Amino acid sequence: MTPTRKRRLIVVSLILAAVGVAAGLTVLALQQNMTYLYSPSEIAAGHAPAGARFRLGGVVLEQSIRRAKDSLEVHFIVTDRFKEMPVEYTGILPDLFREGQSIVATGTLKDGHFVATEVLAKHDESYMPKEVKDAIEKAKQAQAATPAD
Amino acid sequence: MNALTLWFHKTGSPPTAYRLAGRIMPWCYGLGLVLGLVALYGGLVLAPRDYQQGDAYRIIFIHVPCAWMGLFAYFFMAANAFIALVWRIKLSEVLAMAAAPVGAAFTFITLVTGSLWGKPMWGTWWTWDARLTSELVLLFLYLGVIGLHAAIEDRRQAARAAGFLALIGVVNIPIVHFSVNWWNTLHQGSTVRLMGPSKIDGSMIWPLLLMALATHVWFFGSVLARTRIGLLELDGGKDWVRAIALGETEARA
Repeated sequence: MTPTRKRRLIVVSLILAAVGVAAGLTVLALQQNMTYLYSPSEIAAGHAPAGARFRLGGVVLEQSIRRAKDSLEVHFIVTDRFKEMPVEYTGILPDLFREGQSIVATGTLKDGHFVATEVLAKHDESYMPKEVKDAIEKAKQAQAATPAD
Repeated sequence: MNALTLWFHKTGSPPTAYRLAGRIMPWCYGLGLVLGLVALYGGLVLAPRDYQQGDAYRIIFIHVPCAWMGLFAYFFMAANAFIALVWRIKLSEVLAMAAAPVGAAFTFITLVTGSLWGKPMWGTWWTWDARLTSELVLLFLYLGVIGLHAAIEDRRQAARAAGFLALIGVVNIPIVHFSVNWWNTLHQGSTVRLMGPSKIDGSMIWPLLLMALATHVWFFGSVLARTRIGLLELDGGKDWVRAIALGETEARA
């Protein structure tokens, strides 16, 4: 390798390394700031910004959905299986919204409950046909039933 | 000079690369088209419906391969830019700049299809989570490289400046890929994994992998086609280009 090429190689590699380190430090610094959502446990621990809008993430607790008869108002509880947070929302919910579904709600805390202005459903990364899903459910039930016998 | 270096220099010289690219290119396009059509049929017709999303999940067969290609094309561009900056190889400069618009197109398709899927599934077209934002930054990086390359008159200087920008932007690649692991995002984690079992049923994964293969082959076809034009432009006054131009006019006359 000629000296010129060697020099260029070193300079370019050094710049690349410097940019990499800078980006790495930025990512580390943003780790606290870039929280897309807070879990009910984090809110209970007082990490969520008081009075400001933020996102709440968790699972819709089973049998907690209550819909108003004469409006689009809906009440449900979001849980991370440790703490719970009651949520109030008025509007149309996404297709994937159901009990046991992960959701992300945007809004503010008001008197101990969360008033949401937007509710998004979070999808997980599993894809399978309905038959496979049913088979898995059946296997799970069979397994749950065995110790009871 | 040993045989390998000699072969390398010969293949890398613009006239040889031009001819070689012309021979490989139709095969890439043909194979890409056939594989792509089979994968589309497999994904849209043969693959079963998803238990939760029904038919809407089928956008995965376009969205995910395009997202992979957006990252792959960037890596290809940055690697060639690195070679071009250190060794000043003309072919690498042309290859790097040829990959930019193709990668930008794949990234754009990723953003559009993701948005179309996001509205019915998540309930929103767009949200500023880490994955979506870093993917948008990727598109802007591509546009920046294309813009910078077009803004400087001297073709070789332009390729070097844009290549430098492409190289700096490579830090965004791991951020795009790992954003779903590093932060709480609305976007789900990786479905297909190199390490460990994938989270997708076998009846659904084969069209996805086939489509990924098709987009790779198509990408190379497209890059080679652009490279041929780039080489002609770069060597505009040289004898071999003149010979091709004269040959074409003679053939037409």
